[in-house]
Amino acid sequence: MRELDHVMKLTVGIGQFAPALGDVERNLAKIEELCVEAKHADAELLILPELALTGYTLKDMVPVVAQTLDSPIIRKLRDLSREVELVCGFAEESSDYRFYNAAAYFQNGAIRHVHRKVYLPTYGMFEEYRYFASGERIRSFDTPFGRAAILICEDLWHPSTSYITAQDGCDLLIVPSCSPARGLDHDEDLYSVKAWRTLNRMNAHFYGQYVAFANRIGYEDGVGFWGGSEIIAPDGELVARAEQFQPELLIATLTTEHLKRARVVSPLLRDERLDITLRELDRIQRQRMEP
Amino acid sequence: MAAPIRSSATAPDALALNPDVAIPLLTGFIHDEVTKVGVERVVLNLSGGIDSALSVYLAARALGAENVCALMLPYKTSSEDSLGDAQKCVDDLGVRAMTISITEQVDPYFAKFPDMTNLRRANKMARERMTILYDQSQAQGALPIGTSNKTELLLGYGTIFGDMASAVNPIGDLYKMQVWQLSREIGVPKSIIEKPPTADLWPGQTDESELGFTYDAVDRLLYYMIDKRYSTDALLELGFDRDFIDLIALRVRNSQFKRRLPLICKVSVRTITSDFRYPRDWGR
Repeated sequence: MRELDHVMKLTVGIGQFAPALGDVERNLAKIEELCVEAKHADAELLILPELALTGYTLKDMVPVVAQTLDSPIIRKLRDLSREVELVCGFAEESSDYRFYNAAAYFQNGAIRHVHRKVYLPTYGMFEEYRYFASGERIRSFDTPFGRAAILICEDLWHPSTSYITAQDGCDLLIVPSCSPARGLDHDEDLYSVKAWRTLNRMNAHFYGQYVAFANRIGYEDGVGFWGGSEIIAPDGELVARAEQFQPELLIATLTTEHLKRARVVSPLLRDERLDITLRELDRIQRQRMEP
Repeated sequence: MAAPIRSSATAPDALALNPDVAIPLLTGFIHDEVTKVGVERVVLNLSGGIDSALSVYLAARALGAENVCALMLPYKTSSEDSLGDAQKCVDDLGVRAMTISITEQVDPYFAKFPDMTNLRRANKMARERMTILYDQSQAQGALPIGTSNKTELLLGYGTIFGDMASAVNPIGDLYKMQVWQLSREIGVPKSIIEKPPTADLWPGQTDESELGFTYDAVDRLLYYMIDKRYSTDALLELGFDRDFIDLIALRVRNSQFKRRLPLICKVSVRTITSDFRYPRDWGR
């Protein structure tokens, strides 16, 4: 936990790269390289995209590439976190043989937190719920910098998720993603780019928190992933943004001073009425159950 | 033949693409999907038409001209203009090229069936060209690049296992109007952009007279019907003609077989077409 009145800084790296599809060993080697680069750049935390260890379009490979939390591969990620803290997406196998689209926060050789993706897109080009089980928890957790939360890609398209983590005290919202390039028209940006820019800025500005969006690049079966990872400050301003479609280690420094300033200017969290929200949601749920 | 149906429905720029995003997306696709299977080169059939012209420009930009081989495969009735236009692309880009006549391959077969329809002859020629494309793919260690656009894929206006066959198709999600737009952007020779589209399968053939409607009209309809998922009522409200809507919907439905692998009868618990689900980029 941070000390009161003491400004803390955190230098974050986002490793924007193209995981090989279904080749865990090759991806682990790439992640090791990125850790070394991040350390060189004085990053204390390296954030990697959704399913960075495995690639995205896994289909029937899921049970083969999934890792239990005590697997040798996950142990290797824990070891890497002694040098630089790490958020990495992977397919997780639970003790009862369910498979989750998960991301973990590794710190000093231990797993600090695991988020299992709750909202698995299964429409249009997406078919995640066919292969993965849905997570059951949405939580913020403590880090040396402050409270953090992990929401994976589609999770953030449901505004309820970041409402929960913000109420749970989140200072740094980490969003590992595999956002595909789609919906091109004559506009400057792809449909998916416009949607994410809006989401990231909205979540940073109106919850007064940092947002670190880590998107992958590369193509899988003709689908391109557009990268463009970014870090947005708690006042909604852009801190740093990676190029689209290019590999990059994006580095930025976050400060608790910036968090404090944003929350003084817009004390939205202070004024939030959780009691009203809970009461009204409870009413809505009861009404839905009525005949 | 009835006059081609034209439609003024919908905004003129509904199909326009931002070329600064589209072209890198397409060249990135070619580069990534080709090189990650351990190959550096591609081959493609260059007809002198706009679709294969755009494909060869994209491939050369993605991989370098030295890694692209254009195959020009004329039949004795192919128009001189087609061959000349194909040659213009080759000269402009500096890609490698081979010209192989298919006349000697197909004429003995045609002689056995003197009453063959134009359609049968066209399909036979398209499939002969496919066998050369795939043979050169093997000979050169190069992936075959596709040249079928989204309009013809949706209408089934192509030969299954003929010109529809390829390993990697950069233009399969581009409507014909978008092929034209990006061709202008990327520098395809003007003579190719301005001539009426034709498969050049018999003298004087043009796509629009054979289809009975213009690409402009059908692309707008397909865009709202397929991409935007408009209902028939919503399409009528946009100003499309009911007969035209029905005709195109039927063509899309009846050609579905061309866009899928052959059906396999399910016997086991794990059948290749239904329960054995892996991406093509498996392990890549």
